[in-house]
Amino acid sequence: MGALLTPALGTVVWASIAFLVVLFVLRRFAWGPILSALNEREESIAGALNEAEKVRKEMEELAASNENQLKEARAERDRMLREAREMADQLVADAKNTAREAADKEVAAAKDAIAIERKAAVAELKAEVGNLSLEIAERLLREKLESNDEQKALVNRLIDESPLN
Amino acid sequence: MNRLFSSFKALLAALLLLTGTALLAQDHGHADEHAAHAEHNAHAHGDEHGDADADHSHEGDHSEEAHDHESHAGHDHDDHDDHAHDEEFVAGTFIIHHIADAHDIHLFGDVHIPLPVILYIEGQGVKIFVSSTFEGYGHGNKTCELDGIAYTMHAEDGTTADGTPVVSGQITAAADGSALTVYDFSITKSVFGMLLILAAMVWMFLSIAGHYKKNPGQAPKGMANALEPLIIFVRDEIARPSIGDKADKFMPFLLTVFFFIFFCNLLGLVPFLGGFNITGTIGVTVVLATLVFFLTNLNGNKHYWGHIFWPPGVPLPVKFILVPIEVFSIIMKPAVLMIRLTANISAGHIIILAFTSLIFIFGDGGQAIGAGSGMGIFSTAFMIFMYFLELLVAFLQAFVFTLLAAIYFGDATHDPAHH
Repeated sequence: MGALLTPALGTVVWASIAFLVVLFVLRRFAWGPILSALNEREESIAGALNEAEKVRKEMEELAASNENQLKEARAERDRMLREAREMADQLVADAKNTAREAADKEVAAAKDAIAIERKAAVAELKAEVGNLSLEIAERLLREKLESNDEQKALVNRLIDESPLN
Repeated sequence: MNRLFSSFKALLAALLLLTGTALLAQDHGHADEHAAHAEHNAHAHGDEHGDADADHSHEGDHSEEAHDHESHAGHDHDDHDDHAHDEEFVAGTFIIHHIADAHDIHLFGDVHIPLPVILYIEGQGVKIFVSSTFEGYGHGNKTCELDGIAYTMHAEDGTTADGTPVVSGQITAAADGSALTVYDFSITKSVFGMLLILAAMVWMFLSIAGHYKKNPGQAPKGMANALEPLIIFVRDEIARPSIGDKADKFMPFLLTVFFFIFFCNLLGLVPFLGGFNITGTIGVTVVLATLVFFLTNLNGNKHYWGHIFWPPGVPLPVKFILVPIEVFSIIMKPAVLMIRLTANISAGHIIILAFTSLIFIFGDGGQAIGAGSGMGIFSTAFMIFMYFLELLVAFLQAFVFTLLAAIYFGDATHDPAHH
């Protein structure tokens, strides 16, 4: 029983030396690095969590701004389309007008030409008809009328009465 | 955490499987030893170390008994008397022998691991030899003679021939018949176990420190993963709540003390290793308590000492009562740490050994096999339960010692102006 309750000198000496040596060795080479590593890791984890939170917020902001940009882009696109359509309509209308004007001009010119041609043709026809009538009358009168003057008066009267003009 | 837990479970299962067999095997060994011892005495030593030996009569009986057995089965009456007296199993002696420190590691039966005996003898210098040099079997005194000095390793508490008190396990020396003053610095079982644990701790913590250095900011792996929860436990559950801002200063001591006690307690639970009882050895715990004493008082601030020598807020007459109590408590606090740890760990070992003893008491020295076997089953079941409890106690006592040390440090460094 005595051995249990009496600290043995040798045990005390060995325990003191060994424990203190280990305490100093571990303090210098183990606990220091381990505890600082744990602290650093905890800080880095906390930092990473904060960072993640920040990034999440930024992402939200970014998403919101993307949404806005998208809306603006859509509006811009609509505006551009509308303008393009208007412009196209305008162009088509202008083209139509121009074409119509050109056509009208052409038609008018054609009408003028036709009128001139017709006048010329009528004049030529009048002369032709006159000559023809003259020949006819000459032949008629040669056979029926004796006097040239009478014949001519008759022809002129006939020509004037004709509906050629 | 999961990995730690599963490795714990594996350890536990292994422990339990081995416990019963180990204890039975050890005690079977002892029975053999008794016989061998007796025989030896009968043939060679007789009553050689009679004077110094408190167990003399016991041994004598042994030898007679063995002799009787050897020669004939004649003296029925005598034999029976002797037997009854002789085979009486003394549980107390058996238990104390097993929890006390020793100069060798007793594995089982007659298998011992010898350890170095280092003695400083006044006038003779330092003597170093292995413990197996000592001759003698079983539980009696063991002797040897080297360079004209006769050494005796005492088996029991008692006195030497010249009336000097000795405790069991103590080595005395005499030259030319006169006693010499011996200072024993032997690597005893507890010292050996302690050195083993401390070496293992240095290896473990240096290697995990290397792991942290190599993988900064990474999740821990392997041993670092297993030990990190405990390190964080000591920091966050013990040091910081008890000490506060100055916790970092005491962390190395608290961690070292926590792991030292915890591992020593666990080593004491491993069977087939000679039943280490390191933290149940008062020589070890007294050192831990002394360190706590110095760390507390050397770091004591004005406020701490003020509380001891001039307790605030009590009437003057009460101060006269309180101051001696407070002064006494300076020493008492670490002393209680020491006693609590030693007693708890020894008590666990004692209970397990007591239930082992019950098997032999009920077995009545082989006379009642049935009762012995029945008790064996009951004892083993109870010991399994005790082992679970001891695993808890191994952690709990490490925790309690560290926590109370931290609280004392906290008291000594606490600055009320800050709070």
